[in-house]
Parts: sequence; C-alpha cells; structure tokens
Amino acid sequence: MRDDRRHFLKTAGALVVSFSTGATAWARSAPGAITPSKTVNKEALDAWLAIGRDNSITVYSGKVDLGTGTRTALAQIAAEELDVAFDRVEMVMGDTGTTPDQWLTGANLTIAQGGSELRRAAASARAALIERAAQRLGAAPADLMVDDGVVRVKGDPSRHASYGELIERGFEIKVDSKAALKKAADYRIVGRNIPRVDIPGKVTGEWTYVHDFRLPGMLHARVIRSPIFGARVSSVDDRGARAVAGFVQTVRKGDFLAVVAKTEWAAIKASRAIGVQWGEGTRLPDKGTVFQTWRARPVAKTEATQKAGDAPAALAQAVRRVKASYEFSVQTHASLGPSCAVAQFKEGQLTVWSASQATHSMQTELAGITGLPPASIRLVYLEGAGCYGRNGHEDATADAAVIAQAIGKPVRVQWMREDETARAPKSPPRAMDFEAGLDAQGNVIAWNADFWIALNHIVAFKPLDFPLLAATEMGQPKPGNWVGFLFQNAGMGYTVPNIRVETHHVAETFFRSAHLRSPGRIENSFANEGFMDELAHAAGADPAEFRLRNLKDARAEAVIRAAMKLAGWQTRVGINPAAGSGSVVRGRGISYTRYNNAITYVAAVAEVEVNRDSGAVRVTRLCIGHDCGQMINPDGVANQVQGGALQTVSRTLMEEVQWTPERVTSVDWVTYPIARFTDLPKVDIELIDRPGEPAWGVGEPTAVVIPGAIANAIFDATGARLRSVPFTPEKVKAALAAAPARA
Amino acid sequence: MARITLRVNGATQSVDADPDTPLLYVLRDDLGLHGPKFGCGLGQCGACTVHLEGEAVRSCSVPVSAVAGKKVTTLEGLGSTAKPHPLQQAFIDEQAVQCGYCINGMIMTSAALLRKNGKPSEEQIRAALAGNLCRCGTHQRITAAVRRAALAA
Ligand code: FES
Ligand code: FES
Repeated sequence: MRDDRRHFLKTAGALVVSFSTGATAWARSAPGAITPSKTVNKEALDAWLAIGRDNSITVYSGKVDLGTGTRTALAQIAAEELDVAFDRVEMVMGDTGTTPDQWLTGANLTIAQGGSELRRAAASARAALIERAAQRLGAAPADLMVDDGVVRVKGDPSRHASYGELIERGFEIKVDSKAALKKAADYRIVGRNIPRVDIPGKVTGEWTYVHDFRLPGMLHARVIRSPIFGARVSSVDDRGARAVAGFVQTVRKGDFLAVVAKTEWAAIKASRAIGVQWGEGTRLPDKGTVFQTWRARPVAKTEATQKAGDAPAALAQAVRRVKASYEFSVQTHASLGPSCAVAQFKEGQLTVWSASQATHSMQTELAGITGLPPASIRLVYLEGAGCYGRNGHEDATADAAVIAQAIGKPVRVQWMREDETARAPKSPPRAMDFEAGLDAQGNVIAWNADFWIALNHIVAFKPLDFPLLAATEMGQPKPGNWVGFLFQNAGMGYTVPNIRVETHHVAETFFRSAHLRSPGRIENSFANEGFMDELAHAAGADPAEFRLRNLKDARAEAVIRAAMKLAGWQTRVGINPAAGSGSVVRGRGISYTRYNNAITYVAAVAEVEVNRDSGAVRVTRLCIGHDCGQMINPDGVANQVQGGALQTVSRTLMEEVQWTPERVTSVDWVTYPIARFTDLPKVDIELIDRPGEPAWGVGEPTAVVIPGAIANAIFDATGARLRSVPFTPEKVKAALAAAPARA
Repeated sequence: MARITLRVNGATQSVDADPDTPLLYVLRDDLGLHGPKFGCGLGQCGACTVHLEGEAVRSCSVPVSAVAGKKVTTLEGLGSTAKPHPLQQAFIDEQAVQCGYCINGMIMTSAALLRKNGKPSEEQIRAALAGNLCRCGTHQRITAAVRRAALAA
C-alpha cells in the first residue's frame, strides 16, 4: 500500500487535474453540443475506449462512481487488460452522449457486470492493437509483447510501435466477446491498493460535485412542494416572492411549482415568501399499526421463491416447532447533501448535469416529462453526495429539466434538507413470518417462511414507470415503485431438507418507494439470520457452530470462521453467563449471508452493551469476514465494508421514517437522526482474497449481516429477541419485559 | 443589497449581497469556493464548516454581514492538491473518503481541534466530531486520519 501511495503522490497533481475535470471538460468547452461524434453502441469497441496519440487512454463507462471508488477500480481493470500504466487511464462516466448504456449503477454490479464488460472491451482492444502491430512490424502476434502501451518485438525491443501510433482513426471493430483475458497470476495493477483518484480533489475542495457545477448566466431555482402528503395546489399568490430582490420568475406547470432567482439565497427567500393554498392530502396509514396494514394490503402476486422437499408435511412431524414474525421499518437514504442538478435547454436540446445513478434511463424518463425525444436529451454525470440507491437525485434532475425548458436559461436546482429527508423515495415497510421444525437431535427438518415485499415495477428492466415528483405534479402519474429485487435472499442459505419460502408482492406502498442499500437482502437476511439464531437456541447449540453444521460450502465456512477468529468467539449455548449483573449487560452475536445466495460471502460478529434500564443499545465492536472473489483494490473493498457496516449500525439502531396521517414528520437530522462518531463501534475486517475467481460486488453485502448480528448479540446479552428494526430503546425495553426471566 | 468586504483565505474580497445571506452561499456562489458544502442549512450536519477568526463555525448559519472584515478560512485555504495541509495529506494517506461530501466539515473541525489540542485521544477526536455527520460510514478512517495528522505534527 505504501509504495502505491508514494507512487501516486508523485503524480497526484497531474492525475487530479485530469480526473477531476475530465468529466466536465466537454461541458465547459461546448455547452449545447448535444451529439458528440462518438459511438455509444455497446457492441462497438470505440464506444468503450479512445486512445490518444500520446498513449493516453480514455475509458467510457456507463457505470458511475457513487462515491464508492469505482472510478479507480474500473480504471485499474482497464489498465491491467490493456497493459498500460494506471496513470494513463482517464475515466468518463455516465455521460449519455459518450458512454455506452451499461444499465444503472446499483444492485452491487459495478465491478461484477460493469467491470467484466469493460475488461472484455480492453482485452479486445489489446488484441486488435497487437494485430495491427504485427502487420506493421512484420512479426507474428505471439512474438510481440506490450510494455506500458508500447508493442515491442520480443528479443528485438528496438522494433516497436505505440498504441497511439497504431490507433489511427479508431478501432472500427466490434468488441470480441471471446477476447483472451489476462490471467490473475500476471496481474500487476488489479489487486493492488492504488489510491483513489478522486480523494486528493475531495479533501482540498478542487473536486467538482454536481453541486459545484456552474454555467455562464445560470439562475437558481427552488421547487415548492406541499408539506401535506399528496396535497395538490389550489392557488398560488406569488406577490411575496416577487418582492424578493433578485427574483426572476415563478414556474408553474400543473402542481409543479418553482421559483427562479438570480442567487440561491433569493431563490430560497422567494420559495418561503410565495403564498400557496394546498388542497386535501392523501391520508397515510396509522404508523403504530403499519405492519398489520402492510400484511393486509392487496397482493399483486405470490411467488414460490424457494422450494425443497415438503415443508408443511415435515413441519407436522417435527418434535419441536418454532414460530416468529419479523419487521423492518420504512427508512430513507438521507444523503448528506440534498440532491442537485443543473440543466440547460437550447435550440430544442436539453442537457442535464446530474448525479443520477441511472443517467441512461433518465433520458427516457425525462422524455416523457419534457415531450422531447430521448435523442435530444443528454445527461452528464457528476458526483453528488452518496445516494445508496434511488434518493432524490433523479427527482432533482427532472426538476432542473422542467425549469430549464420553461425558462430557456441555464438553471441550477438544489433541494433543501426537508426535500431530501421527507420527499425523496423511501424504502418500503417489510413483514416476514416464519415457522420451522426440529427433530429430536436438533436438526432443522422444515423451514416455512412468508415475506410481504413491495412489488417492483419494471419496464424493459428499467425504472421507466417510476413516479418522479415532477411527472406526478405535471399530471403524468406513473404507477410504479422501483424498489429493486426484494425477493433476493428470501431463500435461506442453509442445507435444510424441506423448505417453503413464498414472497407476497404487495401491489401498492404508502410512500413513493425506491431501493435503499441492499434492498430486500437486508430485510430478508435480518429475519432469516435472527430466526436461524432462534433455532440454534431451540436446538441447544452454539449459534456459530449451528450455522457451520448447516452449511456445505467451504467459502461460507471460511468467512464465518474468519469473523469468529477476529472476535475470539467462545462457543457456548444459551445466553452469556458473563453478561454482567448491573444495568449494562454484554453479549455477542453472529450472522452470515451469501449475497443473493449467489455471490459475495460475508459474516459478522457484533459485540453489544445493552442498558437494561434505558433500553439503549451500544454496538462496541464488529468483526467481519468477507469474500468477494478476486479483489480489484483491497483497500477500496475495506472502505466499502467499513462503510456498509457503520451505516447499517445506524439503520439498525435508530432509523425509521416518522409520519402522521397528514405528513412525513422526518424532515431533518433531528427528526431523522443517524449515528454519530460517539455512537459507532470499531470494525475489524478479514478480507479473503481469491485471485482469479470472479470479482463480485462489495458495496451492499456487508450491510445485510449487521442487523442480524446485533439482534443476536442482544439476545446473548439479555435473552430478549429483537425482531423489529430499528431496535429503539422502547422496543428493547418491551423485548426485555417479554423475555423469559434470566436463569 | 449591500457591499460587504470579506477576508477569505488571505485575500480581501468585496461582494454585493443581501446582508442576511448565509456566508455559505457567498463563499460558494460569489467567490466560487467548493470546499464548504450545503448539507442542511440548519446547523445540524457540519458540512458547511469554515474557520472564522480561527474558530470552526457553520457557514450556513452565519449571515454574511456578521463576518464583514473578519478572517474566514475555507478548505481551500488550508492547502491544495499541489501543497496539501497535513490533515488533508492524512486523509489521503488513510483514504478517509467515500462520497466525500462530509469531508470538508471533518477536516475543518479537526483542524480547529488540533490547534487547541495537538495530541487528542481517540475519544477526544470522536467527541469533537460528534456534531459532524457522515452518511457513508467513513468514521473509522476519519478518526484514523486525524490521529495520523496529530502524530505527524
Ligand atoms: S449545512 Fe451547515 S450545518 Fe448542515
Ligand atoms: S463520506 Fe459520504 S457523507 Fe461522509
């Protein structure tokens, strides 16, 4: 790591300049030029890579860096396959005008899918350039080698040609899906801790976030939205706004209402001074009974997500039956920076600088709202604050587009804190019911589970039916939630002979809903792992041993054992005899999941302190075993694992959207608190590297094991089962009261 | 509108602004500085932190008229990629960034801490940063970076 960093620091100045301005260079030089002369057709090699005469490499990635370090990791993959020094590679990400559509950035797929597509393209490029060099140098391809973008004849290095000389007018060929890939044993760049290229700019204020992007003559707007849930505009009186110095105009399209001003502060003041009469809202369900309401809602479809043997029959024969229900509350992304976008509409062409994780899909989503053909809409990605799913970025993008089209001048829209916390999409509520049966030896012979999940609305595998706020307000209601693949990990990952797992897809949610980090998997794994712990207890087994006993996968066992080793796991049955006798008691719990039951393996041990009087829970340590296959950048993996762990401690202990029948009352950091430095544990990590194995995602898996590990640790400390996230002091006290008296 | 003279990162600057404009907007929009960020506008998150006469303050909650003639330092005033401040270097060395939106506040608050207490303990660092929110879960690396900078000083 040290060497990488020293090497980087030497070149940091140059690198930062190119990386931090690369994505915006086009924007600054030629605003309004909607169609650069470059192919974005995924099959064309030129869509992915451009090579300069000076051997500089530009990679065009449809996947974007959401603040997770993939700008660096993807550049490592490209540099490795191309055989060029890492510093030569510059990334352009998520610009619909120049990058291929690689589907949206999410679902833990940037490296696994996006990286392997890019790797294939880079390998195709290397093979094509070697082919050209062979002709030019009069040598067989097998007799050539590549050294930092220069092709040389083996044994006669004076005969050479650089990529920059060989590229001529471009590749002008298709990506070869069978191009030979480099072997892991030959890697020099992949697998190394190359420092992230964005960090120097981000710690000095030189980086350009979407919030920092400016156009000449740009105005500022704020959108005015009802505090009453679902209320429409009855009437508007903008005399107050007009009186604000710097006010430019009001924009109203149906219920879409915005004020435009010369400065941000004037726009904010005008948005506060405008008089709006709101109509009746839509009543929200009683929050206290939300999970009963959720279970009773109409179900669009029920699916058999996992089936083995005959679970009902096996259950009937069980010596011991265990039954429990689990819940996971409505949460929100709560990005640290409210969403923002800048748009320009000129000569029928719309350009939006956006932090959306789905710039390509936004082309189509905006077409519906603006009435423009998708080809006249360009989105240029610029980073925002971390989004962890579909937060407000897409809505703000639509807001900017609508206003720019209405006023014909460049405009910047930034949401206020309340917009982001209260009005950005929410994760849907979740209810899960289990019953399992054990035989006389404590083996699990039957597992029966029902998951009430929100229906995902997919059009062409994209969120094209998602109700962007501007669309709804302009009278173009869209039917659907884009919540992600919530059935994933409903199926359990242990070797039980008789399993019946059904997912009931609830047709409509209360709030506009979208995926939030590890959607579905986090709720499902929390419940599966909490219930698995209940079974371990019923079977009289140590919870870690019980899991190992029910697994037949060496990589699964390895992450569990790694977490146990870090934690110094002591095998025992029942609650912690050394939990302590005062009001603060201690315990430890374990949880394991294989993401999607198909990719990254992760296990966590949580250590907690529970205050029996106040109900407060403190997580004091997390120990994580993690195997994502081939690691592209181990330090980047560690960063994501730590982030997923710490963010989820917050979600598990304190996060829950608050509402009354009239309105969402979580509007800021006081009403939607998140964990602070003083609330968070130390995270210890063991990363298991698997060179040459497929590289799987790391952004989401760790989050899924945290709630279960904490719940199981609370049980170990107190004998109380926490089955409803978040584990607020009230819920902890109720669970303590319901727990059997301690032995 | 009023003409207000500020001393920002060592330079004297004049802006025409509504006197009640929060300092944050003047820094970002009139002076083109990108270090301080808008996170809440309510004094709750710390993303907008700058130094006013050496003290860490929340620029979203200070009207520009209140800082006329006073010394303001932003993240840009600490250092640059060419010449990073020891704390900025420590954040690079620890790779203590995910999205990075909170990092301005983390560095500015830590810089004020280190000026008062050159060798803070882990607990003192956590306490000093308790009012600064990070949504990405970068906390462990941030405290490590502050410790590293303190040791290097
Ligand atoms: S933006 Fe100033 S404290 Fe949040
Ligand atoms: S790094 Fe994203 S909010 Fe802290």
